[in-house]
This record gives sequence, structure tokens and C-alpha cells, in this order.
Amino acid sequence: MERVGSVLVVGGGVGGIQASLDLADSGFKVYLIDHRPSIGGGMAQLDKTFPTCDCSLCIESPKLVEASRHPNIDVLGYTELISVEGEAGNFIAKINKKSRYVDVDICNGCGACTAKCPVKGIPSEFDEGIGERRAIYIPFSQAVPNKATIDVEHCLVFTIGRNCKGCRKACTLDAIKLDMEDEEVDLRVGAVLFATGAVPYDPSDLTQYSPEHPDVLTAMQFERLMCANGPTGGHIKRLSDGEDPKRIAFIQCVGSRTPKKDIEYCSAVCCNYATKEAIITKEHSRDVDISIFYMDYRACGKGFEEFYKRGKEEYGINYIRSRASEVYQSNGNLVVKYEDLDEAQIKEEEFDMVILSVGLSQPKRTQDLLRKIGVNLNEFGMVETVMNHPVETNVPGIFVCGTAQGPKDIPETVAQSSGAAGKIGSLLSDARNTLTVKKELPPEKDVTGEEPRIGVFVCHCGINIGGVVDVPAVVEYVKTLPNVVYAADQPYTCSDDGNKQIFDKIHEFDLNRVVVAACTPRTHEPLFQATCAEAGLNPFLFEFANIREHCSWIHMDEKELATQKAKEVVRMSVAKARLLEPLERGEIPVNQKALVIGGGISGMSAALDLAAGGFPVCLVERSGELGGLLKHVTALPRGKDPRDILNETIKKVEENDLINVYLNSEVTSVSGSVGNFTAKILSHGKEDEIDFGVAILATGGDEFKPDGYYGYDGKRVITQLELEKIIDEIEANTIVMIQCVGSREEEPPRTYCSKICCTEAVKNAIRIKERNPKTEVFILYKDVRTYGINELLYRDARDKGVIFIRYTDEQKPVVNEYVEVYDEFIGQEIKIKPDLVVLSTPMVPNEDNDAVGKMFKVPLAPSNFFLEAHVKLRPVDFATDGVYLCGLAHGPKPIDECIAQASAAAGRASIPLSAGKVIAEAIVASVDEEKCVGCGVCEDKCAYLAVSIEDGKATVNRAMCKGCGTCVTACPTGAMEQLHFKNDQILAQVKHAFAW
Amino acid sequence: MEEEWIPKITLFCCNWCSYAGSDDAGVGRKQQPPTTRTIRVMCSGRTDPAFVLAALLEGSDAVLFTGCHIGDCHYISGNYKAKKKFEMLKEVVDELGLEDERLQLQWISASEGSEFAAYINKVTEEIEAIGPSPLRQEWMK
Ligand code: FES
Repeated sequence: MERVGSVLVVGGGVGGIQASLDLADSGFKVYLIDHRPSIGGGMAQLDKTFPTCDCSLCIESPKLVEASRHPNIDVLGYTELISVEGEAGNFIAKINKKSRYVDVDICNGCGACTAKCPVKGIPSEFDEGIGERRAIYIPFSQAVPNKATIDVEHCLVFTIGRNCKGCRKACTLDAIKLDMEDEEVDLRVGAVLFATGAVPYDPSDLTQYSPEHPDVLTAMQFERLMCANGPTGGHIKRLSDGEDPKRIAFIQCVGSRTPKKDIEYCSAVCCNYATKEAIITKEHSRDVDISIFYMDYRACGKGFEEFYKRGKEEYGINYIRSRASEVYQSNGNLVVKYEDLDEAQIKEEEFDMVILSVGLSQPKRTQDLLRKIGVNLNEFGMVETVMNHPVETNVPGIFVCGTAQGPKDIPETVAQSSGAAGKIGSLLSDARNTLTVKKELPPEKDVTGEEPRIGVFVCHCGINIGGVVDVPAVVEYVKTLPNVVYAADQPYTCSDDGNKQIFDKIHEFDLNRVVVAACTPRTHEPLFQATCAEAGLNPFLFEFANIREHCSWIHMDEKELATQKAKEVVRMSVAKARLLEPLERGEIPVNQKALVIGGGISGMSAALDLAAGGFPVCLVERSGELGGLLKHVTALPRGKDPRDILNETIKKVEENDLINVYLNSEVTSVSGSVGNFTAKILSHGKEDEIDFGVAILATGGDEFKPDGYYGYDGKRVITQLELEKIIDEIEANTIVMIQCVGSREEEPPRTYCSKICCTEAVKNAIRIKERNPKTEVFILYKDVRTYGINELLYRDARDKGVIFIRYTDEQKPVVNEYVEVYDEFIGQEIKIKPDLVVLSTPMVPNEDNDAVGKMFKVPLAPSNFFLEAHVKLRPVDFATDGVYLCGLAHGPKPIDECIAQASAAAGRASIPLSAGKVIAEAIVASVDEEKCVGCGVCEDKCAYLAVSIEDGKATVNRAMCKGCGTCVTACPTGAMEQLHFKNDQILAQVKHAFAW
Repeated sequence: MEEEWIPKITLFCCNWCSYAGSDDAGVGRKQQPPTTRTIRVMCSGRTDPAFVLAALLEGSDAVLFTGCHIGDCHYISGNYKAKKKFEMLKEVVDELGLEDERLQLQWISASEGSEFAAYINKVTEEIEAIGPSPLRQEWMK
């Protein structure tokens, strides 16, 4: 059957965007739809992200722009999916493009209409109802597409038929079309990916928490309150009276872990976002008191435990183990009533503000749609998947990623997105590059030796610039500058018409440099560069002058000085433009083979995915057999036998012709860079050399052997994995399990939470109980971290009579003949006589990581797990191109997450593999060998190891250089230059900065 | 001339954070005095001492180094290196007999438009208080 080389991605949050980019980059046409006016999803609303407190929009917004500009991604905002019919490889998806009543081809997002709309005070969805918008609006300033939308529920024309012309008059482009209609379209696609996301739980029915009170906010509302682009400009204040709060309470597990049917699960992210919001609040003002009322603190993820600790120790946040039952008003303040679980007492405390840490729930509309299409959902409305296929739904060809499949954080979402993109890539691999377009460009004009002939285009941007800056005066001034052969003003340079003008004038005046004075290069430079390229001019002969964000918008009352500044800003750009040189975006050919290190479930899954995409793989395993750590696990939560999955996987790997397995082997050296690596493999005493284009590090991990902890002897005191082996034979009356043995410690390397041990212990406790309900099982814990739907296992274990006793670091249990533990809740020392003690110890990284990391020049975290390129958005990439990671090599995680990451790593690796080439950075460092004395300062300064001294001269590896220019600044002889930011180019700007 | 004087401040911004923060100030219409001229570099690590000295000699009343917050540099550690350069330059500026305010370092994230505007307002006031750069006056002669 013929497969179609296009994909529909439903949902434009970070997951949908990442999947779209991955798919489009690997040769597929993508339709990315979102029912909201802009893509960006929940991440765009966040102020910061945990645990790094990175600015959320700053890291997401480049992806929005990239998606919107990608020639093979159609971003369709304000569009809904109606139905999907057909079969894997060939579906018809019916979508409805809802009418915005604004022609998106004309609207340029200037926002003039919004300012003139008389309907104010509509609660803004983007601000979670605590900010306002008008009836015609753009949800946020970085919206993509950046187009206005009329909300017919509020617009006076539609509601009361008034002939209001506010927006229509304000729009100088005539983009508002009140007679516009919805448009249904059939898309032919090979696969559909649901990245529909979850939404914050709506607490309005939990009246015990006074959710209607203006100072009781959901965490997402609080996020908007903290955010600089939120309704208060980032000023944290009470919405009731505008006062700065002095005492803030966070109540955890609101709308999760509740014995109400549809919200029994744990939402997995709330503990960490509460700590993040608390820390940021403290950073705004140190003297705010913050208390977090929680049941179990669940820091399940890389770096989260350390983050929690910072919250406690560095920021003095009070974490109160409790169950908050009520929030009520008293004398204008809020009182939180709670049961203190450490002291077993009911208490009350007053606060100025209360934040409800609400869980993630599945939007009803998405659930209905998914059911209609035939996708199985679980009892909570999440898409059901199986352990070894975490991104595949029951319908072949329909995939899922992100929180639609269950609560999870951003990196896990991103990993699943890349994983789903990888899987889709394999499914549709025959149809790769069949529907994608590539722009054909005319041959480039040779400008070497030519006198600069500069054309300058000054934009009015409606009234955005022209309303403040005297644009014609700027044009007149620019005409007097040397080498300027053409200068003109334009209403909107970015419009199609504006670009056409540039194109025409390049030909008419034989321009060899172009300057646009308008908005910011960060969003618009690629557009004008593309126009130059279409006119046969090297795109690096273009220069921007920012006279909007950096001038007209910030000097609105100083028109004369603003005009003067605009002249000087353009003058600086012209000065730089004079010295611009054409640059090559070189291509590096990619050897279409992969190396995977590690033959556990992660490495094998990655190898299989790569092979399914048609790429040969070398799989190197140090031990004598495939299977890794999973070999020792005898049951999975919810009953399945992992050995079935494992054996099936091993068989597939062994039978696959494209996978070459090296057992009892290790990699001893690596050279080269993305596209062209060479490695030596030591196998049975002899060395082999292999070439490959990309590598995946799936080095796995092991269970920590707790020698010296609680009398561990491997017989009466054993580990969970040792228990797995004997669990079906043990005869014991009493078993005690102790959690966090050797993890969450004070000092590195094991300061982390190992994420899976609580679930592992609870799972084994249930198995024991199911075999013999009479066996008494005690679990001694610090926090029960059965996150996500594993929460149900915890409940099940309690129902089956497993006894949970909390211990603290101050009073750890003592194991002798008896196990003694102090139970805070009943305030008593408890003595248990066990037949068996089981220690829950953490996953520890492979000891080879250090050596492997050095060979590939990739870093390790303090825990000795590998450190990815970006903890949020690049979970399976390294900063070094062409090298990826997955599974336990990245950090402790359960099997389904390992497999999702494996698919993600394979998917990411398939991008350069399928393209057969990578585009090299154009703005890189370059060396003047005449001047270079080989001192090596540059080599030391390069964070990417792209510079080395060879034969006494600095050499830049173009494939590795990212173009920051740091080495250039360090060079004492002036031998190093950063292309496009050369010393003389910047000095020219400096010189022309101020006209006297 | 003296009456018309307003500070002339050369501002180096890195592409990923402080330039974006300056854009964010614009998007938020955060008003600032028209005293700055921005030079965009990819990373604060590219801010060459030679550029700073040239700016001062060309008559800038102040030069500002800006970039991503420590830990946020798009190129891992360019801002650490910028900080070192800055400290070294501080001594040179001191030698030249210039006031401390004339060379400053500030980390600004892409979302800190308000902070950015507040900072430019503050620096402008500081420079207004100490007056034109003596180097500039020499140059004017
Ligand atoms: S990129 Fe901003 S300081 Fe390096």
C-alpha cells in the first residue's frame, strides 16, 4: 500500500512543536494544528521551568518561530480536528479552520486593532482569567501565528449587531473580514500524532478550598501573576486589594490523589512546580513566608531532589507534611486548616494568599474526539499505551505523546515527542521527502571586489515606528551616507509587498548590501535574508537596524530624540553593512550508519528503531549477552512479565540484518565529529575499527549494592533486585522494606532520588501479599513517591494490608534481630521482627560513563549520569552534535520512559542520518594562519572543543564551532575572527554609534 | 552644547538573552531615555576589550556589558569569560581615571524587559549625575 509522506500533529504545545520540527527535519510534510489562536501550549504561559528556573517562553519561543518558518510545517492555529478515517500510512483527517474574522494572510500582528476595541475586561484565557483582553486580541506578544482573532462571543458586531468600526478603522491593512466563514479541509496524511496535552484541574467544585476567593489562585494563575508578561507585569500582589502578600500557602494534591473516581492519580509535576514558584517568589522578595502543605514530596526526576533541598535549605521554604482540609476567610485573610501528619494534630494558620497546586486533567473535548476515532483511553481519560510501546495507541498509525498519555513534565514530554516522531519516521520511511518542498535559489551573485552598493529600507510599521520616529527624515539622512545608493520608506517592510520591493530594488539598483530598519533581527532577520537569497544576494550581506523595539516603542514621548536615535542606529548598521562579506553555509556529509553503546532494553530499542528507518547499526555490549538490567526483573507493575518483552526484543535484534551486535566488546577510542566518526572496538582481544555518522549512548546502570547499610548481607538483608529473584519462593511471616537506602544522601554522587524504588517496593509488596496475604509487609519510607498512575498501586498496597511507616533522616531505622523505627505519627518506637529485610537502593550509573564521556567529549552530571544538552528541551541530545543518550545513562527511570527515550534518541539521530548531511554553522570562528602563533588560548576558551592547535596553528572544526566568538575575543594576536561579527565590523558600529 | 548634552551609552548585548530582554522591554513599551546605542554580538563572550576602549575613546560616556545570567549562556560559559574580561577592563578604566559607573556589567534574561528598562533608566541617571566623559571632552578639543 502506498504510504503518504505527511503527518498531522494535533496540539501545538511544546510536545507537538518538537514532534513537528523533528518530522519536518527528517523529510515529512507536517500539519500542526491547535484549537487555540496561537501555538505554545501551557509552556508558553509559564514564567519559569523547574529545576533550573529557566525563563519558559525564552526557551520555547525560538521553537515557535522555527516551526512557523519551516517550509514543511503548516502551522494552523484556531483549527480543530473533526475526524480521522483510513489506515496506517493513509488517513484522511478532516479539520475545521475556525474563522478568526481576520485575514491571516494580510494581518501582520501590529496590534493596532486591539487597542481600538471598545469591549474591555474579557478574562484572558492566556492569563488564566486573572488578566483581561479585548474582543479582538492576540493572546500574547510572541504568539505564533502572530495574528489577531475576533471573539464573536464578545464582539459588539456579533453580539448586539452594533456597527462598531473600532478595529476596522484601526487596521490600515484592511485585514478584518467580518463575513469570513469556517472552512473544512480534508488532509491526506500517513500518520496522526496526538499531542493534545492536559489542562490544569479546575478546582471550582472543591469549595472547601474557597476557590472563588480572589486571593486563592491556581498554580497556573500564580504563574501568570509572577510572569513579566502577565497581568501585573510580574508584580506578585493580592488581587483583592493590591497588597504585597507576606505569607503564602501552597496546597498540594488539589485535584489529584483524591479518592474521587477520576482524580485518584498523582499528577507528577505539582510538587516540583510548587517549589519552583516558591523559590521564584522568594527571589522577588526574600521576606515572604512560604509554606507548602504536602502529603509526600515527590521529587521524581533528574535534579528534582536537589532542587527540593535548595528550596528547604537555601530559601527557607516551610514544607509541612500534612493534609489540608479547608481554606476559609477570616478578617480579610485566609486560614488554612490542616492535619499535621508529623504531629498528628489539627492546626490552623493564617495566610495572605493561597495557591492551589492543581493536578493535570484530560480535557473532555479531546477525550470525546479520541474515543470517536477509536483510540482507547484509560479510566482517567488518558490515552492507553503499553509498557514497550509508550507512544503508540491501539490504532495503528495513530500516535500519542506528552500529557495526553499521562501526567509528566516537559523533558519527558519532549522525549516522547521525539520518540513518536522517530516511530512515525520509521512507519513512513518509504515516503520520506515525497511531499516536502525545497526552495530553489538562483545562483549567487559574486560581489568580491565590488564597491558596496547599499540599499536601505526603513519601515513605518503602521504607526508603530512612524507614529514616533519621523521616518521620511531618517530616509533623507540615510541617503547622505556613503555607499547608500537607494533608500526608501515602506509601510510594512515585512509584508509580501515590502519583500517584493526589496527583491526588485536589488535588481534595479544592482544592490550588493541590504539594510532593513524595522523591528528585531531575532524574529525577522531570516525572512529578509531569505528575500536577499531569492534575489541572488548572499544572505549574509544583509544587516538589520532595530528602530522599533529599541527605539520607537521605548521613546514614545520623545519624538525628536527618537528620530535622532533612529538615524544613528541605521547609520551603525550601514557602517557594518559596508564591511559585510558573503558566507558559506557549508554542508557536511553524514555517514548513514549509527553506533549504539549498550545492549540493554534502551540500547536495543534505539537500535531497532534506527534499523526500522533503514539505517545500519553497530550495537556494542560490554557483557556476554543482551538484556541489561531488565534481565533481573521478574514482574512489572500491573502484572506483566518483563522477560517476555525482553526476549522478544532480543530476538528482533538478533534477527535484524541491519544490526551488527558486538558482545564482550568495548569502545576504546573515538575520533571525528558529527557525520564522520571513527571508533575502535576491542572485541575478544582484537581491535576492530568502525565508521559511523551518529552515536547513541545507552550505557545503562546498575542497582546500588548497599554494603555497610543496615547489615546488608545478601541473605537476610537483601536488595529489591535480589528479592525479585526469590520472590516466588520465599516463605516469611514478616518482611520489612526500607526505602531510600543509599539515595537522597547529603553528598554527591547519590544526592538524587532514584525515581523508581517506591514503585518497585510497592509492586513487590503487592506480589508478596497476593501470594500469601498472611505475610506481614512493612515499608519504611521518607516519602512515598509512586508518581503518576502508580499512585493506584500505593492505594492497592494499603488496601491489601501493607503497612507504611515514615522515618526521618534524624531517626533512621535500626536493623538488628529486630527492626526498630520511630513512628512519628503515633509517637512511638516500633519493633518488628522480620524474616527478611529488603533495602530499596538507587540505580547507579555505569562505571564506564566517565571513559565513554571523555571519548565523545560529552559531560557527566555530579551523579555521574550523563548530562544532556538542555534539561528541559533537549533531553536526549548532547551539546555535541551527533551524539545522543537514552535510558538509565540519562538517569534513573522506569522501563516505559527508557523505551520512549530510546525512540527519541533514535528519532533525533535519524534527522542527520536521513538527510545524509548536516548544515554547518556559517557564523563561525576562522583563523588567519599568518598571524596565529599557536599559543592555544583559543583552544582553552572553546566550550565545544572545536578549536585545536595543529602543527602549531589554531584550527577550527567547522562542524563543531557554534559561533559564539569567545575564542576570538581571547586571541592575543588578532589571528582569530568571528565571521559576520568581525573586529572591524563591530568597531565600525562602535565608531558610528553617535553622530555629533 | 553643554545644555543639550544627554548621556551617550554604548550597550553590548548578547543575541540570546540581553538583546531579547531589550526587545521584551520594547514589546512591553517600557519607556527608557534615548541614551543607548546597542551593538548585538552572539554572546557576551565576544565583547572585546578593544571595542570597549574604542567606544570610550570615541566619546561614549559609558559602556555596558550585558548578557545572559550566569548559568544561562547559550554557549555554556561565554558569560563567565565576559565577566573576567570585564574585571580586567575595570582596572584599565580605573587607570584612565574614569568613574566606576562608566563601565558596567549586567545580566539580563530574555524575559526581563522591565528589569532591562529599569536598568537603563538607572544608568542614565548615574551618568547624568557625573556628567560627560572626560575622555570625550578631550576628544572634542
Ligand atoms: S549567549 Fe548570552 S552571554 Fe553567552
